[in-house]
Amino acid sequence: MHPFSYTRVSDTREAVDAGRRGGRYIAGGTTLVDLMRETVERPETLVDITGLPLGEITATERGGLRIGALVTMSEAAAHAKVRTLYPVVSEALELSASAQLRNMATIGGNIMQRTRCTYFRDVTADCNKRDPGSGCAALHGVNRTHAILGTSGACVATHPSDVAVAFAALEARVHLLGPDGTRRVPFSDFLLRPGSTPQREQALLKGELITAVEIPALPRPLRSGYLKVRDRQSYEFALTSAAVALHIRGGVIREARVAAGGVGTVPWKLPAVERHLVGERPSGALWSAAAAKASDGARPLQHNRFKVELLKRTVERQLRVVGGTK
Amino acid sequence: MSTEPPESAVPPPTGAGESSPAPTRRTFIATTTAVGGAVVAGGVIGGPLLSDPEAVAAQAPPTSRVSLTVNGTRRTATVDNRTSLLDLLREHFGLTGAKKGCNAGACGACTVLVDGHRVNSCLTLAVRLEGAEVTTIEGLAEGDRLHPLQQAFIDQDAFQCGYCTPGQIVSGVGCIKEGHTGSPEEIREWMSGNICRCGCYVKIVRAVEQTAGRK
Repeated sequence: MHPFSYTRVSDTREAVDAGRRGGRYIAGGTTLVDLMRETVERPETLVDITGLPLGEITATERGGLRIGALVTMSEAAAHAKVRTLYPVVSEALELSASAQLRNMATIGGNIMQRTRCTYFRDVTADCNKRDPGSGCAALHGVNRTHAILGTSGACVATHPSDVAVAFAALEARVHLLGPDGTRRVPFSDFLLRPGSTPQREQALLKGELITAVEIPALPRPLRSGYLKVRDRQSYEFALTSAAVALHIRGGVIREARVAAGGVGTVPWKLPAVERHLVGERPSGALWSAAAAKASDGARPLQHNRFKVELLKRTVERQLRVVGGTK
Repeated sequence: MSTEPPESAVPPPTGAGESSPAPTRRTFIATTTAVGGAVVAGGVIGGPLLSDPEAVAAQAPPTSRVSLTVNGTRRTATVDNRTSLLDLLREHFGLTGAKKGCNAGACGACTVLVDGHRVNSCLTLAVRLEGAEVTTIEGLAEGDRLHPLQQAFIDQDAFQCGYCTPGQIVSGVGCIKEGHTGSPEEIREWMSGNICRCGCYVKIVRAVEQTAGRK
């Protein structure tokens, strides 16, 4: 680990000032400290933001939910409103990491976490994300866990977060505070596909700080849930995952929100699947036909072809679980 | 896996050689690494690279002072900012119960409670713990009376090599406190952050069940 100076801030303005001067924000630290130890991350200054007043979960006046950036994963997962209004969020959180890590990691940090690509984490390997221009060792390397959607010739790494998949499905917005004030960014615009600049992962300006993630109000009743498929039953990243939320009234699906994880360079929203569902009556045949579109546009690599079919099955099963029809 | 760092600053175990003349494994390792460390340090100090005191000062990594409570005792230390809570406990405070397994938050051997919550001490920077209350495996018993979960691990024979055991027990204390002990399946899921190479999971689950049931 490279040496770094450490400073603690107690109000958001002070934090943004420190961030603008090049300081790196640290909250739970579960990704950052790990990557600093591997020398993948080499910040000169850490700005400890855990003293900021961003640890609340509040209902918005429009009927949504605002989760403060410093709410821990375990707090968010256990929160009564999160559990009753958006089970897909609490399930995604509880299927992530371990109890210890969830006690440390925060919502803001979770969506900022960096890829688990082994070549990214290995400073001796070529990686355009870590060392732009050096190449991508995963492209023709051991790429079983890598992305099949949203990839580029420069990077095929997946985004590892589960709750970000739920946020993408629900069309959450990220609240930011920067030197020039506040703004709200749709989740789909917040995390960036690699393109030719895989080192740039979020639509953040210098010094900008995540203050909250806001989940919009959705028509009720809303059924939702998260399914995660992985190599072991617990404490493992997703090979594939599906976040599903359905508003069914009068026996007809009125609204559908579906996104997939473990397969994309960013959490992968599935608008084609959603469109196929809306206006239809739940049935096994519908789930199957809608899920058949989940892998549209997939570009598998040598070792991850299995994800194309696995993704369809993951989405189909979770549609069935949430939609409630065999 | 981890080794004892050669520069290990393990304080001399108090009372060793006075009340207990027989060397323990811990005092033996501490003594031998101290000797080894002296030889290495001599080599570095005598080297041309660091002979200029000003150059040494310029390159000195940033440090911070941190005061925290460990197992009920207030402690203060000046640490290199890079120091993890795990290294602070083991190398500065001589509390070697929490173990260094993966040092990457993947095995749970380093689990301790910070302000009542179980965390991976290897991923916790010590400098961030100003005012925190830390409980390690050493702080669970009351005098000679074991914590009920420690006793349950003995009753259920829930370990073989014992390396993961301090982390398992502290994690189990957290799991019970959080109330995730409704079934063996629930315990397994909520204890999944603690890996046991010996594969004692069935008995670890029983030990957690036994203790949760008593409450």
